[in-house]
Amino acid sequence: MSILLNKDSKIVVQGITGRSGLFHTQQCRDYGSHIVAGVTPGKGGIHIEGIPVFNTVEEAVHYTQANVSMIFVPPPGAADAILEAADAGIELAVCITEGIPIRDMVLAKRIIEGKKMRLVGPNCPGVITPDECKVGIMPGYIHKRGTIGVVSRSGTLTYEAVKQLTEAGLGQSTCVGIGGDPIIGMKFIDVLDLFNKDPETEGVFMIGEIGGGAEEDAAHWIRENMKKPVAAFIAGVTAPPGKRMGHAGAIITGGKGKAEDKIRTLAECGVTVAPSPTRMGEAMLEALQKAGRKKK
Amino acid sequence: MNIHEYQAKEILNAYGIPVPRGRVALTADQVERAAKMMGGRCVVKAQIYAGGRGKAGGVKLVHHPEQAQELGKELFTKRLVTPQTGPEGLRVRRILVEEAVEIAREFYLSLTLDRETSRYCLIASAEGGVEIEEVAAKSPDKIHILTIDPFTGLRPYQARKIALALGLTGSVCEDCVELILNLYRLCLEKDCFLVEVNPLVVTKAGWLMAMDAKINFDDNAMFRHREYPDMLDYSQLDTLEINAGKYDLSYIKLQGNIGCMVNGAGLAMATLDVLKEFGGEPANFLDVGGGATREKVAEAFKIILQDSDVKGIFVNIFGGIMRCDVIAQGIIEAASEVHCTFPIVVRMDGSKVEEGKQLLLESGLNVQIGENLGDGAQRIVKMLG
Repeated sequence: MSILLNKDSKIVVQGITGRSGLFHTQQCRDYGSHIVAGVTPGKGGIHIEGIPVFNTVEEAVHYTQANVSMIFVPPPGAADAILEAADAGIELAVCITEGIPIRDMVLAKRIIEGKKMRLVGPNCPGVITPDECKVGIMPGYIHKRGTIGVVSRSGTLTYEAVKQLTEAGLGQSTCVGIGGDPIIGMKFIDVLDLFNKDPETEGVFMIGEIGGGAEEDAAHWIRENMKKPVAAFIAGVTAPPGKRMGHAGAIITGGKGKAEDKIRTLAECGVTVAPSPTRMGEAMLEALQKAGRKKK
Repeated sequence: MNIHEYQAKEILNAYGIPVPRGRVALTADQVERAAKMMGGRCVVKAQIYAGGRGKAGGVKLVHHPEQAQELGKELFTKRLVTPQTGPEGLRVRRILVEEAVEIAREFYLSLTLDRETSRYCLIASAEGGVEIEEVAAKSPDKIHILTIDPFTGLRPYQARKIALALGLTGSVCEDCVELILNLYRLCLEKDCFLVEVNPLVVTKAGWLMAMDAKINFDDNAMFRHREYPDMLDYSQLDTLEINAGKYDLSYIKLQGNIGCMVNGAGLAMATLDVLKEFGGEPANFLDVGGGATREKVAEAFKIILQDSDVKGIFVNIFGGIMRCDVIAQGIIEAASEVHCTFPIVVRMDGSKVEEGKQLLLESGLNVQIGENLGDGAQRIVKMLG
């Protein structure tokens, strides 16, 4: 098993006729993903690369039974595209688009609250279940099928981590790039929960960054709920304190957000934290070994 | 995107939120004239893109126009260093001269995005002023936070609860309700990431007034607000950062001598971390982004080289969206154009990686290939030895 995606996932691409939409559609299909439809308003009826294009997601779902959407719609229309997917009965929407205004995402996130659709992103590399299905812009070749779940706020740093895992002989069950925007769909905890329940996943690697309090929240959740070993890396230990305006950010985060705080909290909650970005694979091996010892 | 206090106050004023009478001065003589208009006794406020100005001497009450002029002269010639500017401080190019207002009480009021709830929240406190973060840390019960449901918006009864919690009564309380509702409307219509009024005051005459204001626009919403770029004060930004912005590159100048070019913010941060681990000092943070073109990479390279501290360059590109041969061509073009002889270490991974490496090795540049992140970082540190 895996989480979110498998070989039966049927994918519709929103914004398929755009340059990067089309490029990555081809890449995903070459990887083996089952791309069944595209949506571009006004271009319904044509075929692109042999894929039927519809005017609406609803039509695409009706004719092709698509259950996953990959969104490449440009920022002004991206939030609307997410809502359209939710309305059409899509189960998982992966929004790659970078640069969606906050106001649009506040409303979109509120509207999909309580709906069955899961949202990954926006501004994320996507989701991949190695050897089965890729929905996103990550390079497929670095992945290897296995038992490690990967969840990350970063894009390219995730590729680095996955490459190190693969080189350490640790294949992946599913890799989820949740995105680095202030407002995202699934958060660390939502993904960790799925990995916790997935019988194929034996351990999880988590990649965080400075800013916000999501890593701290995840750390506490792991201590209370996680049955599997977790290793992590936090980027930005040496990042200089930025220029900032005002106090509001500091008030609501209560001073959270620094790399040291995140690393300390994760370690306190039993997570093995990689001391360097060159040792992410090692940290995962160490976490698995520690867990192995515990079992004995 | 940040704007100055005086610009923020113009926006508040347009939304019916009272602000002190004021004028913007670009020279010390204009400061004097403005002070005369205010009747001599006035507040002189340096306009910079950071908070903490008061304690740094950037905000002062003066009693005569001559005194205002003197202070103006002083402020225009120095870099103001506050806890929020970083150690290099910021130049002062504009000064706001305002009427002195007799203050009875001070409050804190702001609207910003709360990542945890994915909603805007209103933050208010009866303990306004400069120590607000300390108040928040030590006595969180004095901070009132209201999370706003975007379906209902901010309702008058919610604004009233906040106004009452601030200890306001009677007509001032109702004025405050209106002010809070207007602030929320402003926040949405202007696509703000932050609107902060600190302090919001009740004057001795019994009026509410925004004594200081900060607005930070959501960069992602620029396409809805074509006028925003005109509001930028370029004197507040690093020249290289401005150039980078033109090409949609994210660049931050640092203190070291290794120029860095990386794709993706997380990997860029990790690259700085690993350089430091091996004893190197990065000269900058530079994220060329996901959809970088050859042109973008070339510009990024030029921007790195404009920094005279740079003695070598570390390129760390993990392709996914990007093709390595395209990156290599961008590097070669830019390096040839500016006759770069510095050592360059390129670590590339992703599609067309072999083609990219080949192009670089055949380019005649002083370039080495890093086999992985650690190897690349070690090589550049060693080359600069």
